[in-house]
Amino acid sequence: MLAVVAAHFVLALCLPALARYNRRLAFGAGAALLTATLVWAMSQAPAALDTGVTDVLAWAPDLGLSLSLRLDALALAMIVLVSGVGALIMVYAAWYFGPRSTDAARSAALLVTFAGVMLGLVLADDLLTLYVFWELTSLTSFLLVGQGGQYRENRRAAVQALLVTVFGGLAMLLGIVLLGELAGTYSIPAITAAANDGTLAAGRPVALTIALVLILLGALTKSAQVPFHPWLPYAMAAPTPISAYLHAASMVKAGVVLVARLGPAFSAYAVWWGPVVVLGLVTMLLGGWRALRQTDLKRLLAFGTVSQLGFLMVLFGAGSRVAALAGIAMLLAHGLFKAPLFMVVGAIDKACGTRDLRELCGLGRRRRGLAVLATLAAMSMAGLPPMLGFVGKEAAYEAFLLEGGVRGALILTGLVAGSLLTAAYTARFLWGAFSTKGTQPTGGDPVPLGLSGPAWLCALTGLGAGIAAPLVNTLAESYAGPLPVLGDPYAAQYTLALWHGVGLALLLSAVAVVGGLLLFRYGGTATGHGKVPGLSAQRGYEAVVTGLERTAIVVTGRLQIGSLPVYLACILVVLIVLPGPVLAVAGSLPAQQSLYHSFMQVPVGLMVCVAAIALCRARRRFTAVLLVGAVGYGIGGLFIIDGAPDLALAQFLVETLTLVVFVFVLRRLPAHFAEPDSERRVRTPKALVAAIGGVLVATMAVVLSGARVLPPATTDGFVANAPEAGATNLISAILVDFRALDTIGEITVLLICAAGTASLVLATRYDKRKGGATVTSGADSAEREQEVAG
Amino acid sequence: MTTPSEAPPGPPGDADPPGPGDTPWSRWDQPSGRWMLPGACPDSRERTLVLEAAARLLFPTVLVFSVYLLFEGHYGPGGGFSGGLVAGLAFVLRHIAGGDDNILVSRFGIRPPVLAGTGLVIAVLTGLAPVLWGEPVLASTKWHISFGSFGYLDVVSSLLLDVGVYLLIIGVVLDLLRSLGSGIARDAREAGETAPRPDTGGGR
Repeated sequence: MLAVVAAHFVLALCLPALARYNRRLAFGAGAALLTATLVWAMSQAPAALDTGVTDVLAWAPDLGLSLSLRLDALALAMIVLVSGVGALIMVYAAWYFGPRSTDAARSAALLVTFAGVMLGLVLADDLLTLYVFWELTSLTSFLLVGQGGQYRENRRAAVQALLVTVFGGLAMLLGIVLLGELAGTYSIPAITAAANDGTLAAGRPVALTIALVLILLGALTKSAQVPFHPWLPYAMAAPTPISAYLHAASMVKAGVVLVARLGPAFSAYAVWWGPVVVLGLVTMLLGGWRALRQTDLKRLLAFGTVSQLGFLMVLFGAGSRVAALAGIAMLLAHGLFKAPLFMVVGAIDKACGTRDLRELCGLGRRRRGLAVLATLAAMSMAGLPPMLGFVGKEAAYEAFLLEGGVRGALILTGLVAGSLLTAAYTARFLWGAFSTKGTQPTGGDPVPLGLSGPAWLCALTGLGAGIAAPLVNTLAESYAGPLPVLGDPYAAQYTLALWHGVGLALLLSAVAVVGGLLLFRYGGTATGHGKVPGLSAQRGYEAVVTGLERTAIVVTGRLQIGSLPVYLACILVVLIVLPGPVLAVAGSLPAQQSLYHSFMQVPVGLMVCVAAIALCRARRRFTAVLLVGAVGYGIGGLFIIDGAPDLALAQFLVETLTLVVFVFVLRRLPAHFAEPDSERRVRTPKALVAAIGGVLVATMAVVLSGARVLPPATTDGFVANAPEAGATNLISAILVDFRALDTIGEITVLLICAAGTASLVLATRYDKRKGGATVTSGADSAEREQEVAG
Repeated sequence: MTTPSEAPPGPPGDADPPGPGDTPWSRWDQPSGRWMLPGACPDSRERTLVLEAAARLLFPTVLVFSVYLLFEGHYGPGGGFSGGLVAGLAFVLRHIAGGDDNILVSRFGIRPPVLAGTGLVIAVLTGLAPVLWGEPVLASTKWHISFGSFGYLDVVSSLLLDVGVYLLIIGVVLDLLRSLGSGIARDAREAGETAPRPDTGGGR
């Protein structure tokens, strides 16, 4: 199973080279791999539906980390979408990207990578494994939406999608860690079993509540639920195959999958089903409502997706058997009708050069095949028989009819209203795409089979699955079986079927469809202008992002004011304020502190002191530098007296180099310090801070060295191990062997410093040479401001 | 790092030295290698002959000494850091004596940032290499190489890490010379200051 996932990544590595050779071959290879994955999954189906097929790879056993995958009913349903629909979209993409498109090679590789990551996500049997793949889908989606990054629209959409989903993902990580620590395991089946036994986090309900809310935050952002939904319509900036794959069939369902995965464990908790069901219903209604106002066919579909995701959330969040059956059916149905609808929009876009429904005209007459295809897929969306969408919707109504009670009634009302809106925007889509509205028929070159074929196959599968509902039922039953039967005991026997006879559910379906058509026909003016005033999720997102940027600018502006004395004072004041009081309270001077233990220390120490005091009085920069050097050499001398030749050598060398570097720099600086006689009110605080800082450090050195009562324990270890490290010089053994990691870190810092110095000095030259050309950052930031503010 | 225009006409450096027969007698003992700083001071007014001659003698010697320090580090004071600094100071001496061109760049095409980066790469790879043999990161080993009757040599794998440090330090010092030394000097020239202003305390 791991090999199947890994195969995607291996192929993705090869694809860019292959795409340079032949673009269609690259997409074809991707499609072949995805088809193979689907076939493999189907061959495992009997075992998967029975007990599930598991595969575990120890990743970091010391940390209890493992990559564990499990193929079960839910994973199987998602693989149909991820690999099955994915393969068709790869074929579609082969014809969608133009022969000279520079995006094709990258997109092919990224799509296959994404398919592999998504496969890992749906198969994950372990919360941490799930999280890893979860974030990888966010990253690949960022790259796919952003494309080459030449267009602002793409960049903005990609950044928004990334920020929102990664924000949710990080919250989810917190939740996962909290839940995992409460449960003592990250394995999903183990957590489910514990939750169902009631042994999960017994006595710590608050922590569990927080964990669940955090995890839900991840699910809600990923699946574009209110109020996080705006990223999904904006992500439509991506090329159509990518929208069809990521934003219809697979990635946006990740949140739904998470809710479905953990539903059997937590759907009894109000903190779990409450937010899911409420936000799901709001999303379903809002998405449907907004879809009615769109003029761009792709955005119309995107808001439809938002609405459908809300619907799926409700079904999986409700936690009853029939709702789960309906959930699996709708999960499949949505992928099977939304992907072909996107493909149709892409084909229209390519053929007519527009996808604005106000401009499209007469396409239904001239491209009859495309119109029939779109109608077939749209029927499933509206919930008309004999499509799978109808089967799912029937089951959804039935689930809450059977459940009864206040909750059931409220959810049912919401679902019917949402379905009514769905029917209305479906009608608007078909009308907008294919009706004859004006006098100027829009273009409409023949659509190649490569574009229409995959869409036909998808839509026909939706039809076939509707007729073969018992087959879908087998799959759904395997997932829904363990869930409780809520309300009417008949719910235990309910199965997915195309025809349940004339009943309340059928009536509700009819109400939704007829009501939707009426709303579309007569509600044109009302839907055209209906907008909730003052509330906009997109505004909220923008306010948060610009607020963050402003805060960053303000903080940076306050802290980085470009004055070296202020920086130095900041450092010193922090040193005085934080460790200072601790030292005063807890520190104690050693009882017997000898002034010196070698006679030679006296003159050298005096020299250092004299140089330091003279340094404060220096008026010329060069004198000051020489005195700093004198202090440094004096300290080096003290090292020699104390018997540390290694330290002394390094000290002398560094001191020499520093002196030389200072002299280099001094060539360009005035000879005297800028303010020899600055005002008293500036000088006094400076002197005070410096004096306190100096005294503090000196006292600290005495106190801390006096606090050591025993020889350090590591010293003996170093001495004992030095011969093994092949060194008789202990310092060297420590530097390059025992503490080699520190050394590598330190030399890295040195390298960074040198690079920083070079760029500081050379960057000013660069500015001078280029003149005005480099001063575009101001204009750019204004544009960026406008971009963020929308 | 161009050859300064003020350089006196004469030996064309190490490129194609003329045969002994063609050389006039007055140039028989003129330094030929570029490392000898054949009058390469960018500003003849700043030229100090004593320093130039001293640098000619000291530069190679100090470099050899730095390599000695590098190897000696395991047994006495020294090591990659000190060795690198000593080598760096040799280049600093050369620079002050008037060798505005960097001999590593002009002669071997090695740029300071590349040298520093190579050092870091060597150090990091030395740290990671033991993983290939199933040892923990940064593990070290000792090889005992025997030369028969000449004795033996103990080579420690962490010497490579020290070599990395050594190269990195040289690279860093040379980079400082490039940015703060040549870079600032060139800025000064471009700003129209042929020599440091008399009112600066600039080092002399």
